[in-house]
Amino acid sequence: MNNKDKTLWEDMQSRGYSRRDFLKFCAWVGAFIGIESTGIGKVVHAMETQKRPAVIWMHFQECTCCSESFLRSSHPIVADMLLNTISLDYSETLMAASGHQAEAALQETIKANNGNYLLLIEGSVPTKENGVYCCIGGKTAGSILEEVAGGAKAIIAWGSCASNGCVQGAYPNPTGATPIHELIHGKPIIKVPGCPPIGEVMAGIIVHLMAFGSIPHLDGLGRPMAFYSRRVHDTCYRRPNYDAGLFVEQFDDENARKGYCLYKVGCRGPVTYNACGVTRWNDGTSFPIQSGHGCIGCSEANFWDHGPFYQHLASFPGFGIETNADTIGLGLGIATGAGILTHAVVTNVAKKKVIRKHIDESVREDEPIKEEGE
Amino acid sequence: MAERIVIDPVTRIEGHLRLEIEVRNGKVVDAYSAGTMVRGIELIVKDRDPRDVWAFVERVCGVCTTVHALASVRAVEDALDYQIPPNADLIRNIMFCTQYMQDHVVHFYHLHALDWVDVVSALKADPAETARLAQSISSWPKSSVGHFRDLQKRLKGFVDSGQLGIFSKGYWGHKAYHLPPEANLMAVSHYLDALEWQKEVVRIHAVFGGKNPHPNYLVGGVPCSFNIEESNAINAERLALVKHLLDEAHTFVEQVYLPDLMAIASFYKEWGAIGGGLENYLAYGDLPTNQFTDPSSFKFPRGVILNRDLSKVYEVDGKDPEQIKEFISRSWYEYLEGDEVGKHPWNGVTNLAYSGPKPPYEHLKVEEKYSWLKTPRWKGFPVEVGPLSRMLVGYAAGQEEIKETVGAALRDLNVPVTALFSTLGRTAARGIETRLVSRWSLEFYNQLVSNIRNGDTRTFNDAKWDPDLWPETAKGVGLSEAPRGALAHWIVIKNKKTENYQMVVPSTWNASPRDSKGQMSAYESSLIGTPVADPLNPLEVLRTIHSFDPCLACAVHLYDEKGSYIHQIGTW
Repeated sequence: MNNKDKTLWEDMQSRGYSRRDFLKFCAWVGAFIGIESTGIGKVVHAMETQKRPAVIWMHFQECTCCSESFLRSSHPIVADMLLNTISLDYSETLMAASGHQAEAALQETIKANNGNYLLLIEGSVPTKENGVYCCIGGKTAGSILEEVAGGAKAIIAWGSCASNGCVQGAYPNPTGATPIHELIHGKPIIKVPGCPPIGEVMAGIIVHLMAFGSIPHLDGLGRPMAFYSRRVHDTCYRRPNYDAGLFVEQFDDENARKGYCLYKVGCRGPVTYNACGVTRWNDGTSFPIQSGHGCIGCSEANFWDHGPFYQHLASFPGFGIETNADTIGLGLGIATGAGILTHAVVTNVAKKKVIRKHIDESVREDEPIKEEGE
Repeated sequence: MAERIVIDPVTRIEGHLRLEIEVRNGKVVDAYSAGTMVRGIELIVKDRDPRDVWAFVERVCGVCTTVHALASVRAVEDALDYQIPPNADLIRNIMFCTQYMQDHVVHFYHLHALDWVDVVSALKADPAETARLAQSISSWPKSSVGHFRDLQKRLKGFVDSGQLGIFSKGYWGHKAYHLPPEANLMAVSHYLDALEWQKEVVRIHAVFGGKNPHPNYLVGGVPCSFNIEESNAINAERLALVKHLLDEAHTFVEQVYLPDLMAIASFYKEWGAIGGGLENYLAYGDLPTNQFTDPSSFKFPRGVILNRDLSKVYEVDGKDPEQIKEFISRSWYEYLEGDEVGKHPWNGVTNLAYSGPKPPYEHLKVEEKYSWLKTPRWKGFPVEVGPLSRMLVGYAAGQEEIKETVGAALRDLNVPVTALFSTLGRTAARGIETRLVSRWSLEFYNQLVSNIRNGDTRTFNDAKWDPDLWPETAKGVGLSEAPRGALAHWIVIKNKKTENYQMVVPSTWNASPRDSKGQMSAYESSLIGTPVADPLNPLEVLRTIHSFDPCLACAVHLYDEKGSYIHQIGTW
């Protein structure tokens, strides 16, 4: 039996895992994606019946931090599954073959799994000067993207580069770095912003896709709700200090040594949606605030252009302790529609038209990934 | 009749690298190396707060994450004559060592090993023989017959499935592979062990910098604070975690990486005479034991070696306008003065002018301009940078620990010192320095604990944090040693803002195109003479190129989209 026709359970069996390992893994998946324990049976059933997807991982304008973060995912059985259980058929970082052998691997995967493979994209696409700023195998990133996106079942835009252009898209964006959702339409796109995203979050999203064959619940910007629905500020263990007005005034002062709130030395936690305060980084070891540096907001669109990192938000007009993130977003003077949307989409129903545009570009609430032409 | 081979993408690297090589009678006779992606980060940091720039430039590379942040904060501190507390240097050093260990191990197993290790051949191994081999070279516990039998069974299931994933279309069965099946099986086992371990060691970055990749840095020190009596600061538990991870790293390097390196190298000694390339080596040095302003205190010494003459080490000065210059005669850029001049980074002008073929293309115009990389030169000489340069400069400068460790490795392999000037030497040097760094990291840790015990917990100096205290203009250079070699950032600050920012990074030195005199840089030069048994499967070429650990995202420069001059800074 060809591996790609195997279910996850059959695949794990063939690689020496016991039923107990399998059930433990299912329980972990269930816990990870927030299912009550009574729902674990559903996960087990899904895992017993879902087929393994072929996966293509493309690199465009990026720094490879997303791949590196992915390798940091801290659950061994998951790491093993990601290396083997999803069939990672094309990944320039890890694959043995180079040059035309690599190209052949890509073409074969596209052909053999047309309409069924999962496309993971790391990096933005430069659109100025006809795309000469990023070429692979003599072809532009833009033309490669078109070629590989056509037969994909779903696309994951890893990290801030693919989700919003990240550092190369910051002012003056010399190469015309463009995020994936602006170039590809009519495909489900899951955005996983962050510079990079947390490894366990990346693994969790893939696990969700594998386990249920459906897209996780996304917000209006196409980000999985499980990881991007809360502000870092609201899940921060230093939040009580903020509420009590206990602030670090300068790095390494007495208050810094007591772990007070970093808001005054430039923490962007109040305007940043991410899982850092909950999931934390590197097997739950820490996250930026816990290690004494404010959040720089790396999962927010255009975060590089939201003013200096060490200037605290109160310096901006319209910011008070009771103000919600929407107003802060506007108060920062973010000019782009996407930036405003980040904050407006939560409450501001008057922007229906813009929101509709974004919803069309992403996929809503757990709807199964449809085949082309369904 | 020469045959032109194109390898694009070169995989198992960071970034986008293209090689065009000519093969005649089974040997490479000409080679062109091209960086094919550019982002323009130096232009993006212009006019930003210099204290923010580390975060931007850290994103130059997520594999060697941290190194650009370190070079950046040093450049700003140098410009402002900003002293940092001793603990900040120690923490930066510990993070530096952590980066080396993680980066070098991942390079060896996940980016380089498949050039030497035939995964498919491991299926033929005898698990009992594999266990005997593994136990004969190391006390690493995962070396039982049962372990290897189990692994082989899983590997077999994987191969039988017909879906090889990342191993598909590899060069399996190529006649240039000559490890016995048992050594291949052992290496595959350690490939998986290394994948497991690498995510552990970087937790040190999370402790001090909040996350990895891309931990946080700070101009004037480091962002974390010590308080042994406080749960919300770096306390005894956090320090114990760091110590535990450093001990584990030391064990992994000593029991897995080094024994494997030596075992595999012993089967490929002929590569001690292949892939040497350039005869000049440059290292800026790093790991200050006094402070960054005192290069004599560095664990990795600073200097240049010319013509492989280990009896003399030349001094390097990043501020001397005549020493380090960048040329563009074969790069897609323009200088006002024409293609012959070189520019010191403080006067850097970077002005894009793509003149390559219109994509999609079969071949680059290698007789003209063919890369996004500029070509740096030291006093006009092409130099190699990286682990080999660090070890040679250390050896020649008489750094005792380096001399001893390099000497021991040469004795173990029973090869002369000249074997270092090769593909094998480059790969061995990387392992040798990892062994040193894993020891040094514990020294830095002990020093840190001792400082705290003696009541010095300072991690940040606020003396020059306020931009109102800065001079109107200031220039600085931050020199460092990234895992892949000499790295420097040059900054010009004007009216509290970044006026000019230039980076000359390891892969710019190594992977750049030839200069106007026709002198090749390290990649191209090292490929000349490399044997190629089968031009359709150029495994040998990948061996030499991967021995440099290519990392391309950082090596390309900024440009101005209109083709106008962005900035030209006069020399002061």
